[in-house]
Amino acid sequence: MTATVPPATPTSGVPAEPAPAPTRGALDQDWRRLVRMGAVGAVAQIFIALSNMPVRLDERVIVKPVLSLGYLTLLIVPFAAGHRVGHQIKREGVPVHAAGAHEVAGGAACGALAGGGLSLLAVLLANFDLREPLVNWSPMLAELLAFGNETWFAVVVWLVIGTACGAAGGALRLLGPRTRRAVVTMALAVGGAAVLEPLVVDLAEGMRLEALTDRLYARRGGVNWTSGLGLAAASGILAALGRGRLQQARAHIAELEGASRTRTNGLLILATAAVLVILPLFAGKLTNELLANVGLFVLLALGLNIVVGLAGILDLGYVAFFAVGSYSAAVLTAATSPRINPELPWLVALIVVVVITGLVGLFIGAPVIRMRGDYLAIVTLGFGEIIRLIFLSDWLSGWFGGSQGITKIPGAGIFGLTDVAGTDPRRVFYLVLAFCAIAIYVSWRLERSRLGRAWMAVREDETVAEAMGINTVNVKLLAFVVGAVLGSFSGAIFSAKVGSVFPNSFLILVSIVILVVVIFGGMGNIVGVIAGSAVLIGVLGGPKQPGLLAEFSEFKLLIYGALLIWMMLARPEGLIPSVRRSRELHQQEMAQDAWLKGQVEDDNHNDGGSPKAAPAT
Amino acid sequence: MIRRRRARGGAPRTGVDWFLTFLRVAILTVVAVGILAFIAQEIDTDNPFARWANPDATGLTGAQFRGLIISGVAQGSMYGLIALGYSMVYGVLGFINFAHGEVFMVGAMTGMITSNKLADAGLWESNFIGSLVFIVIVSMIVCTLVAVIMERVAYRPLRGSPRLIPLITSIGVSFFIQNASIVLLGPAAKAYPDVPDWVKDKHTFLQIEGSRILVVVVAAVSMGVLWYLVEHTKGGKAMRAVAEDAEIAALMGINVNRTIVKVFAVGGAMAGLAGILWGILFRSVIHSTGFLPGIKAFSAAVVGGIGHLGGAMAGGLSIGVAESVGPLLILEPLGVSGVSQLRDAVAFAVLIGVLLLRPAGIFGERLPAEDRT
Repeated sequence: MTATVPPATPTSGVPAEPAPAPTRGALDQDWRRLVRMGAVGAVAQIFIALSNMPVRLDERVIVKPVLSLGYLTLLIVPFAAGHRVGHQIKREGVPVHAAGAHEVAGGAACGALAGGGLSLLAVLLANFDLREPLVNWSPMLAELLAFGNETWFAVVVWLVIGTACGAAGGALRLLGPRTRRAVVTMALAVGGAAVLEPLVVDLAEGMRLEALTDRLYARRGGVNWTSGLGLAAASGILAALGRGRLQQARAHIAELEGASRTRTNGLLILATAAVLVILPLFAGKLTNELLANVGLFVLLALGLNIVVGLAGILDLGYVAFFAVGSYSAAVLTAATSPRINPELPWLVALIVVVVITGLVGLFIGAPVIRMRGDYLAIVTLGFGEIIRLIFLSDWLSGWFGGSQGITKIPGAGIFGLTDVAGTDPRRVFYLVLAFCAIAIYVSWRLERSRLGRAWMAVREDETVAEAMGINTVNVKLLAFVVGAVLGSFSGAIFSAKVGSVFPNSFLILVSIVILVVVIFGGMGNIVGVIAGSAVLIGVLGGPKQPGLLAEFSEFKLLIYGALLIWMMLARPEGLIPSVRRSRELHQQEMAQDAWLKGQVEDDNHNDGGSPKAAPAT
Repeated sequence: MIRRRRARGGAPRTGVDWFLTFLRVAILTVVAVGILAFIAQEIDTDNPFARWANPDATGLTGAQFRGLIISGVAQGSMYGLIALGYSMVYGVLGFINFAHGEVFMVGAMTGMITSNKLADAGLWESNFIGSLVFIVIVSMIVCTLVAVIMERVAYRPLRGSPRLIPLITSIGVSFFIQNASIVLLGPAAKAYPDVPDWVKDKHTFLQIEGSRILVVVVAAVSMGVLWYLVEHTKGGKAMRAVAEDAEIAALMGINVNRTIVKVFAVGGAMAGLAGILWGILFRSVIHSTGFLPGIKAFSAAVVGGIGHLGGAMAGGLSIGVAESVGPLLILEPLGVSGVSQLRDAVAFAVLIGVLLLRPAGIFGERLPAEDRT
């Protein structure tokens, strides 16, 4: 492909943006790519249908009475495939074609293929019985696919829907940046309103604004289509009027330096804190429970962020510290703990818990710290599992209760003022918030300290860090211990909140979920990690905690897995990347850019010498 | 690893070094005391040493001990087959394909589905060996496909990225496959159809179940075939060359991408075979089947020296025997109760112990050139 297009003649030191090439014809497609994309879409569609997602999620209505979450999961694939197939890889010196009929036609064809997957599935469902291995091979699925009609209807309708969605996806490329932003904002507004429904309803009740939510939401869930339209229109107009002012403002803040930067940051933090302190007062049990869960995971994620994000140690057994924190808090405070039950007040117990977890961190960290990164990951995973197995075993059941766990753990008493227990999620949230504030402050200060810089140096190149006089072993061990202590806070609060601890609350998958949260949000970035927990734990839910989309509980781990793969492939630096980390990850590309720049300068220097082709990729 | 330790020779010993030394000594002491206590019990359960270690010691009979070793060998040869995949991929790409255990699980699942279908058709009882061969072939094909698709989708785009990135991706792949199995096939454990008596029953020869003999024989044969493939065919030579140095291999005219795909395919096929062996041994499979054997097989690969084919098999056997005999040989004589629950913990402990005592494994690692320098 590169060879056919002549490289643009560079005019200055920086490669100039080539003028857009004319649009391509509707039939001038890269058919192989299109068919491949369509086939992948079809497989994805069949997978989603057979995973039972559409049937289970059909109950959650998004826009009443038009769209349910179940159908949305089926529509999103042809849309995405149709949008993606029109994507052009931008290469330096290669002009980008303007979007036109080509994109719409390609998207439609691709979407039709993807939708065809469901047509095929409908035919198969009608003619074969594969219920034996595939548990969701049910008449219910067939009915859902055919909208209650005959099979032929399903075949036709999914081809049509696929084509339409694909074409819409392709057509998204035709819109100018401003219109596209408006469209995306509209979709986000309606989708967000639907997803946040339980939260909004709960808050509205607390603020006595039921009249508003009654209008917005239908009686049995979902946005009314009339108010949905209104919401879309309002947000679209806002977005069009805003013209990206928000982004400008953000860029402006990012550019600030010195005293004004500190002041703006302080104001932002103050505003967020105020909202977080005031909001729970109006919220009901559900919202507070959700916020408390998110907070617990923010604590865990901040701890793992220090280990993985700052020091670059992939600790897969992080749940061990959570477990040790929970169990030691339980043993120290509960009267029912089998062997020793000093029944300490929670705050006193917390100090002991921190010491114990710190020691466990040292004990686990010391043997693994010299290992190569990947061995270390597996060995920490082993430690995480060993700790759980030990809590579970009969051997130490005299101490930790074995599979029965420890129950009737009292709530966390704070100086005799209040007693924080799971029955009152609001108090739990405030407690979690306080600890989050501590953890954020500690992480923030550490990141900018000598130790934090040493961690980052070790992460980026251990040998060089050692040559610079950093004691890599001690520094990494400290990261382990600090991470462990932060995890133990979460554990101590968890045991007081739930009131009981069982070995099976500490499966390895908890570690993996925390890892996904950290990676999704942005490794090494405090704001990113918090945003990651809020989005993932808040919307999808934690390993055992339900999120806003409670219907997703069966599928959330699947989604976490897919998300982890996708993040690593598409955006390893996370949603809100840390500057340094993303520089490290895209080292190669940056080197390539620099090289290209050098080439261009050489060309200029030679003054019309033989133009060099763009580097083959 | 060896090189690094030698380089540290002159460096001052830090607290961590002392701690590690202490830990090594402690591990060896516990193992030694446990074995001594076991021997003391075997000689006479009433002698004071055995009584001191475990007041209600019973010791093991010879038949029990032999049974444990044999089941350890059977499971170990299965671990060895899985370990081959870890070892080969590590040799070529230099990262741990965490999702390899899941490929094994897919193999066991495929075997379960096909064998149940065959049993419905009545072929399973009438022609057991034929059906077995059939499910082995189906499972190997499916697993090869899974492994190759995995490589294409998740790992190839990440070639050349920082080392932990493909590892994290493989964790994601593992998580995804496991949960995909839950949503597609349901969360319950699923059973293989009943096997003929000669597989189930103990034979007069050494009192071993037929299934164990079958597993060991199949594993040995496939190991031999694989050894021939890698050491004596052109494709195998290409694999070894890529493992040695991918860039130079490419310069020599070897298609590196295709060779890597082949490595994944071979590893996948071996995992598929191991999945069927799991089915024969345990006759039940669940979505989490792949996790623990996967970790243990990885330990086996490390024990044998990663990148080393024979080492993987030897490591598998040692891990299998250790986890089957270890708890009763070392922990029970020391008075730890409920040892069978700690089997998996013992397997992990073996991994940690090996990495502490001899990180390069028994036969030494064969790492890609870039890791050695």
